[in-house]
Amino acid sequence: MSEIKNYTLNFGPQHPAAHGVLRLVLELDGEVVERADPHIGLLHRGTEKLAEHKTFLQAAPYMDRLDYVSMMCNEHAYVMAIERLLGLEVPLRAQYIRVMFDEITRVLNHLLWLGASGIDLGAMTMFFYTFREREDLLDAYEAVSGARMHAAYYRPGGVYRDLPDSMAHYQPSKVHSASVVKKMNENRQGSLLDFLEDFTNRFPKHVDEYETLLTDNRIWKQRTVGIGVVSPERARALGFTGPMLRGSGIAWDLRKQQPYEVYDRMEFDIPVGVEGDCYDRYLVRVEEMRQSNRIIKQCIDWLRKNPGPVMAEDHKVAPPRREAMKENMEELIHHFKLFTEGMHVPEGEVYSAVEHPKGEFGIYLVSDGANKPYRMKIRAPGFAHLSSLDEMTRGHMIADVVAIIGTQDIVFGEVDR
Amino acid sequence: MTAHLDQLKNALDGAPGTVVERLGELTLTLHRADDLLPVMARLRDDESLRFELLTDVCGMDYSAYGSDISENGAYFAADDAPAKFPHRFAAVYHLLSTAHNHRLRVRVFAEDDALPTVESVTGIWPNASWYEREAFDLFGIVFTGHADLRRILTDYGFIGNPFRKDFPLSGNVEMRYDAEQRRIVYQPVSIDPREITPRIVREEHYGRH
Repeated sequence: MSEIKNYTLNFGPQHPAAHGVLRLVLELDGEVVERADPHIGLLHRGTEKLAEHKTFLQAAPYMDRLDYVSMMCNEHAYVMAIERLLGLEVPLRAQYIRVMFDEITRVLNHLLWLGASGIDLGAMTMFFYTFREREDLLDAYEAVSGARMHAAYYRPGGVYRDLPDSMAHYQPSKVHSASVVKKMNENRQGSLLDFLEDFTNRFPKHVDEYETLLTDNRIWKQRTVGIGVVSPERARALGFTGPMLRGSGIAWDLRKQQPYEVYDRMEFDIPVGVEGDCYDRYLVRVEEMRQSNRIIKQCIDWLRKNPGPVMAEDHKVAPPRREAMKENMEELIHHFKLFTEGMHVPEGEVYSAVEHPKGEFGIYLVSDGANKPYRMKIRAPGFAHLSSLDEMTRGHMIADVVAIIGTQDIVFGEVDR
Repeated sequence: MTAHLDQLKNALDGAPGTVVERLGELTLTLHRADDLLPVMARLRDDESLRFELLTDVCGMDYSAYGSDISENGAYFAADDAPAKFPHRFAAVYHLLSTAHNHRLRVRVFAEDDALPTVESVTGIWPNASWYEREAFDLFGIVFTGHADLRRILTDYGFIGNPFRKDFPLSGNVEMRYDAEQRRIVYQPVSIDPREITPRIVREEHYGRH
């Protein structure tokens, strides 16, 4: 028998379990990882530099493209930074809409994570299940913004427009007969809120389905229990936030500790793990989906009862209404100035953070009083998490590397920026 | 929240820098770069501070601050403009304490504009490693004492520091496949820089009365 030697393995950047474009150089002793050196930057687009060359409003759509599975949460941190520099008050209804869509986004993100890390560890079915529910939520995105993913819906001063009164219907086609389409359109007869309410009523049962497949599944537990254990002290030292920190047993959630928008009016619980392993982080994320569902319900209730404006009235910052613009000279000037030169944000610096599905997503915005940001720094949660990969995988088998990349919920749009 | 800030302010008393409060946030700007490590160690270990989480390190280039002069997709300061900041480069740290639920921003200037150096805080917060590599890559700030200071976001073999204000937006080189040599080649960029909306700095409180 020949002797086993140490060797170096190149994992990615084209490996499906690398979740995008991660190039991982693994130093192995047999099948055990001795050192992991992630090479990132393959998706670096220089978003922060691009933002310095765009007006404040023009830079907003770049936010969707950072973490491209939780689009609106990224926008949220960005518009909140601008609003805080401007000292701008956001209408209450817009705040509720933002909270509702933040939670929809959280569910979207966790569903994708659950499906994708299910596939990583051999649970193919999960992907089909979770994408079924994602489809409904992406329809909600489309209904408010016109885009399924890159919504650009949150704007400085509120949201782009109010919630629609009707949902798009499916049309009969070669693949769907009229009777099938009628059934598919059943929950689309009312407004967006009706559609979402129907979803929130169905969703807890779906989460139960996922849990029957995974929570007590022997293979799932063998692959996740005791893998990638991080102690609370190490989690803090490594800069973990979000489910990664909560999985290690620290009850830290910006929605509770430093509430923004109307999170202080919401009733929800923060799940925390005990062991700090992949399995605990899985349980935390599943429970977060249930809690998000609760928040969405509360928002729907409030939004039904309280109509109102969804955009600030300050027309130096927020565009005037279309009708007003056509009839009023001053509004026309505002509209023109706002969409050519853009708004001027007062000099100063601000760091605004939101509880993004992956952790703390922050925007550090420096303005020198111009119509473009002087510097914008994106604090991406995935960046901190991925930098701990070396420590988390050391001493594990190579198959566990896949489980750990999965549990970190890495998306390269935000890591590479 | 304000009571919170006052407490933090008192705890920061005696730190070798200026503490500024704005928009509900505290910024500590250090007078001397040499003070960085002792101050940071105190910020983490002092019972009343306990910033055990480093959320972010951000490189800064203040060279074109308050200027709207641009050329070929890069920004420059006017020749006669008085400098608003003592030095060109700075590192900005964002700290978070989960124990006391407060945040702090610490700014330290690199005292040499030609070869900006700042001491590495990897010994205090291990996750500073990648953030410092990023600031090194994008701004050319050298973090002394960092064990593995490599480029992180830019391409293998990249030349220059792309986030410096005098670095053009479209870069200096572009990449294409050369059919004759049958490999990827780099060549000077062929696209012309264009700026659709110019950068404009207006007088203070412009349009807001």
